Amino acid sequence: MTMHYLDANATEPLRPEARAAMLVALDIVGNPSSVHAAGRAARRIMEDAREALAIRFGGQPADLVFTSGGTEADALAVHALGQGRRVLIGATEHDAIRSAAPNAEIVPVGANGLIDLAALATMLESGPPALVCLMLANNEVGTIQPVAEAAALCRLHGALLHVDAVQGAGRLSVGMAGAHSMALSSHKLGGPTGVGALLLAPEVTGIAPLIRGGGQERGRRGGTPPLAAIAGFAAAALACGDSSPLAALREAAERAAVGCGAQVVGADAPRLPNTACLALPGARADTQVIALDLDGIAVSAGAACSSGKVAASHVLQAMGLSALAGQAIRVSLPWNATQADVDAFASGYARMADRLRSPLVSRAA
Amino acid sequence: MRIVVAMSGGVDSSAVAGLLHEAGHEVIGVTLQLYDHGAAIGRKGACCAGQDIHDAKRVADRLGIPHYTIDAEARFAKAVIADFADSYAAGETPVPCVRCNQTVKFADLTAMARELGAERLATGHYVRRIDTVNGAELHRAADPNRDQSWFLFATTQAQLDFCEFPLGGMPDKRAVRDLASRFGLATADKPDSQDICFVPSGTYADVVAKLRPDAMAGGDIVTADGSVVGHHDGIARFTVGQGKRLGNAAMRDGERQMVVATEPASRRIVIGPRTTGTDTLALREVNWLVPEPARPLRCSVKLRARDTLRPAWVDATPDGAIVRLDEATLPAPGQACVFYTDDRVLGGGIIRRPG
Repeated sequence: MTMHYLDANATEPLRPEARAAMLVALDIVGNPSSVHAAGRAARRIMEDAREALAIRFGGQPADLVFTSGGTEADALAVHALGQGRRVLIGATEHDAIRSAAPNAEIVPVGANGLIDLAALATMLESGPPALVCLMLANNEVGTIQPVAEAAALCRLHGALLHVDAVQGAGRLSVGMAGAHSMALSSHKLGGPTGVGALLLAPEVTGIAPLIRGGGQERGRRGGTPPLAAIAGFAAAALACGDSSPLAALREAAERAAVGCGAQVVGADAPRLPNTACLALPGARADTQVIALDLDGIAVSAGAACSSGKVAASHVLQAMGLSALAGQAIRVSLPWNATQADVDAFASGYARMADRLRSPLVSRAA
Repeated sequence: MRIVVAMSGGVDSSAVAGLLHEAGHEVIGVTLQLYDHGAAIGRKGACCAGQDIHDAKRVADRLGIPHYTIDAEARFAKAVIADFADSYAAGETPVPCVRCNQTVKFADLTAMARELGAERLATGHYVRRIDTVNGAELHRAADPNRDQSWFLFATTQAQLDFCEFPLGGMPDKRAVRDLASRFGLATADKPDSQDICFVPSGTYADVVAKLRPDAMAGGDIVTADGSVVGHHDGIARFTVGQGKRLGNAAMRDGERQMVVATEPASRRIVIGPRTTGTDTLALREVNWLVPEPARPLRCSVKLRARDTLRPAWVDATPDGAIVRLDEATLPAPGQACVFYTDDRVLGGGIIRRPG
């Protein structure tokens, strides 16, 4: 059975450019911190990657800190920028932020998933200086947040803004947009897992590390950097092109699902071109995901914990869609999605909806 | 055929998955997440899933079959755990495994299996399903020490027709472990699971106390004539037939005493000599796996999981059944009374409180 992989927001398929860059880097023996020629060769690969990534995302190479991934980049931002500040986070933030700031105040979102900027302004007007965390694009629904407006608000009130750009980078035109820091993840843009970065605004200096170690990354993140992963990360970022063609495929998938009775969640806000959150009223999300998987179609629902249990989505709950929170699946097209993938999804979804509907009806009766 | 196997992470259901996979079926492993394991063992930050789901996944990996975890926490909390506490608070001694089989396992899981296009749901229960021209029959397991038919009396005929129990004919547990070991499954030597899965520490009273503190309020221990002979620390700690925890009231007039009734309204525990008993009991929530009999049915009944078979007459009534035992005994309300003819389960019900 052919597998149609439509779960890019969990992880993107590796881009060939990334694989090629990694294969080269894997044969470099040196440690970037070493003095000798081998070390210098390794260091050159790492710094080339750093420059490429910083430029690609609108920052300076000196301000880019490599981390183990997006989660660590978020944790480092909250740890370093949140010192002495209260933390405000959007209601639909990823667990990487929610867990890093367990006592944060929550900034509400509207029914379309967009942050309530008026509420944010009110919260910023009173109280001590704040760190605000806002994602560029939501992992479950794809909602694109007004980061530049939020950054302007934050700067007006003396607050710092950290942007979790993990899902947006590589899919949208991404710059710092006035933010003080930005989290990036390699495998969400077609690079390998195990590496990410925190890109800081030039004014953010002297940050406190989470991991001190041997003082690598200018004292901001200890540990020998994963050279091949870093090389793959940069190559993938450079290979990311225009993702808007995915929007047409995504819309075809949505039309097919809507024809079977599904609702598209958050459709009236700007969204990532590759992401569709589809609620099928009355059908359990986990059953939908399993049925599609058995049909060779890989999608996901909510945030799966390590057990694989699908928890009710806090994102949909924050959008006031509690009733649908356990009934929505996420279709996220990878960079290499094809019409054949969408056709397979459309027929698989129709079979699944048919089968799930009949017993549901008889059970409700 | 496509078969969903309910995998608990233990050796029995692991062996079932292995057997059906070996037989060439398209096996889909499913594990129900019934409760937050981390919360149950009272350790903050522990994984919500615990080791069992991990083990089930590793067995599925080894066999090369898909495996899924289904969140049944909310349903289990209401249908099984809250019902468990409520039953104790009502002066009964519940059987949570019966409730779980009746709701989460056989009702919900068979529905999901059908939704996934499966033709069967298989479990690791030690019971036998025997197909006849009149449909599937439920029989005791070949190994009397492992027989679980008492826990499955509430399985409906439609569920029974959809289910299979490949371990029912196994001679003993050793044979099942050998099977799991032959399939190379890591669960082959895993110890048997505990009595009540959601009480891993074994202190069921803590669960009841949390949900129904009223069932843990102290009260009087009285004799049949109402004289107060002692105090107790919560009726949920007592079950009919129990001789422990009676303190100074345990012996009266040279006779060992035991609990003969619990009275939730007055929070009284009634004790009496071991000779006390009844030969008639009323059942509710009766499930028939034979056509409901129009006349009194002669059969054997089993009143506890580890009890002997007792000859009796069973009379179907509009709201359950009346059971007349040949010999009086002290059944505990809330327990199951299951009807057998030889090895076959004919049906059963939940024992009502007298009066």
